[in-house]
Amino acid sequence: MIKEKFISVYRFYRDGFKEMTWGRTLWAIILIKLFVMFFILKLFFFPSFLKGKSTEEKQDYVGTELINRMK
Amino acid sequence: MLETIDTSMIDWARAQFALTAIYHWLFVPLTLGLAVVMGIMETLYVTTGNEFWKRTAKFWMKLFGINFAIGVATGLILEFQFGTNWSNYSWFVGDIFGAPLAIEGILAFFMEATFVAVMFFGWNKVSKKFHLASTWLTGLGATISAWWILVANSWMQYPVGMEFNPETMRNEMVDFMAVAFSPVAVMKFLHTVLSSWIVGAAFVVGVSAWYLLRKREKELALASIRVAACVGLFAALVTAATGDKSAYQVAQVQPMKLAVMEGLYDGGTNQPLTVVGPIKIPQMLSFLATREASGYVPGINNILNGGYEQPDGSVALSAEEKIVRGKKAISALADFRSAKQSGDEAAAAEALQTIEENMPYFGYGYIKDTATLVPHVGTMFWAFRVMVGLGMYFIAFFALILFLSYKKRLGEINWLHYVALWTIPLAYIASHAGWIVAEVGRQPWTIQDMLPVNAAVSKLEAGSVQTTFFIFLVMFTLLLIAEIGIMVKAIKKGAE
Repeated sequence: MIKEKFISVYRFYRDGFKEMTWGRTLWAIILIKLFVMFFILKLFFFPSFLKGKSTEEKQDYVGTELINRMK
Repeated sequence: MLETIDTSMIDWARAQFALTAIYHWLFVPLTLGLAVVMGIMETLYVTTGNEFWKRTAKFWMKLFGINFAIGVATGLILEFQFGTNWSNYSWFVGDIFGAPLAIEGILAFFMEATFVAVMFFGWNKVSKKFHLASTWLTGLGATISAWWILVANSWMQYPVGMEFNPETMRNEMVDFMAVAFSPVAVMKFLHTVLSSWIVGAAFVVGVSAWYLLRKREKELALASIRVAACVGLFAALVTAATGDKSAYQVAQVQPMKLAVMEGLYDGGTNQPLTVVGPIKIPQMLSFLATREASGYVPGINNILNGGYEQPDGSVALSAEEKIVRGKKAISALADFRSAKQSGDEAAAAEALQTIEENMPYFGYGYIKDTATLVPHVGTMFWAFRVMVGLGMYFIAFFALILFLSYKKRLGEINWLHYVALWTIPLAYIASHAGWIVAEVGRQPWTIQDMLPVNAAVSKLEAGSVQTTFFIFLVMFTLLLIAEIGIMVKAIKKGAE
C-alpha cells in the first residue's frame, strides 16, 4: 500500500517534469542558482565566522568581543 | 571600538544585506500577490465550471511560476550573511531568531514544494477541488513563511519574550507566544502581506492593460483587471489602516523612528503632520502618534535630551544617561564573567543584578557619539512620503479602474492603460520605500536598544565583504534580467 503510494507520487513528479516545456529553463535556472549558492558562495565566501569553535569557545569569544567593543 | 573594527566594514556589511534584501523583495511580493489573484480565478473556474477562468488562471499561474522559480531561495543568502558578517549578532540573538527561521524553512519547503508541484503538474491528474486547494495552499505556504520571517524582523524592532543569559551570552526565549504574536509582528505581517497583494494586483492590471493597448486577449485582460482591481482596492485600504496602526506602534516603541520620519527635531503637543514643504495638517501627527489631537510627540532633540513623559508614564532618560546605564551593564557583564571564572558566586550574583537592572540599555554602552542614534533624516522623511503618497494613489487608481470596469468603459481609455502599465514599477517602489522606513529608521540598532551594528558585526576585513557584495550584485542582476526576459516572453506569447 505504502509502496504503491510512493510509486504513484514518483510517477506524478516524473510525468510532470517530462511534460514540462518552458518549465525546463526555469528548472535549469533554479539548479544553477542553488549550485552557485551552496557549493560556491556558502563554501568559499560565507563560512560561519564562529565555525570550528566549541559552544564554550563561541560564548567566550562573543563575550570577550562584546566587552572589548565598549572600550 | 573603532580601533578594532573597520567602520567601512560595517557599511559594506550593511550595504550587502540591503542589496540582498532589496533584490529578494522584488520576487516575494509578486509571489504573495499573484497567489491570491490566481486563487480567486481558479475558484471562479471551479464554482462556475467556465473553462475561460481555467485558461485565465493558468496564464497567471505561468507568470507566478516564473517569478517563483527565479526568486526561490534568494532569501537564504541573507541567512549566510548572518553567520559570516554578523556573527556576534547571530550568537547574541540565540534561538529567538533561529526558531522562527527554522519553522519558516520547514514550512516553506514542505508546503510550497508539495503544493506547487500539484498546482503545476496536477491539472489533469487530481480532482478540480484538490487542485484548487493546492493552489490556495501554495499561497498560504508562502504567506506563512512570510509570517515567520516578519516575526523575526519584528523581534529585532521590539524585543520581547526573552531573557539575556550572561553565561551563554545569548538571549533565551521564555515566552514563545510573546515572540510569535507580539503586536508589532501582527501588524507588520498584515501591513507587509497586504501591501504585497497591491504589487500582485498592480502587476495583473498592468500586464492586462498592455494586452488592451495591443488589442490582444481582450476578454482575458478585462476579466483579469476586474479581479485584480478588487484585490488591489481591498489590499490598499487594509494597508492604509494597518499602516496607521503601525505608525502608532512606532510612536510607542521606536519614537526616534517616528521623529525622523517626520523630520521633527523639537516636538511638543498639538503637533501637525507635514505633508510636503509648508503644507501641514494641524494636530494630525499628535493624533496619529497618541490618538489625542493634543498629544505630546517627542522630536529628535527631545529624545536625545530626555526628560519628557513617555506613554507608560515614566520619564525618558537622555541618550547620555542611557549610555552610562549601558556601560554599567557591559562592565557588570565583564565582572560577572570574572567572578564566575574565579568561583566567586556572591560577586557573580551582584554583577548579575546590575546586568538585569541595566539590560534595557545594554546597547547604548557601545554608542560613542549620540549623533549616531539619529537615522538619516532626509532618507526617512522622503521614503515615508513616497510610501504613503503611493498608497493613496493605489486606492484612487484601483477605485477608478473598478468604476470604469463597472461602466464597461475600461477597454476604451488608452491613457489609463499606459498609467496602469507604469503603476507596476510604482508598486515596487512603494513596497521598497516601506522597507527603507522600517530598516533605515531603526539604525543604529540590529536589536532595538540592545545591540547596535558596531557591536553586532564580525571582525572581518572590508575587502572580503566588498568582494561578495559585487558577486551578489552580478548574480542578482543576472537573475533579474532572466526573470524579466522570460516573463516578457511569456506575456508576449499570451494564454495557451
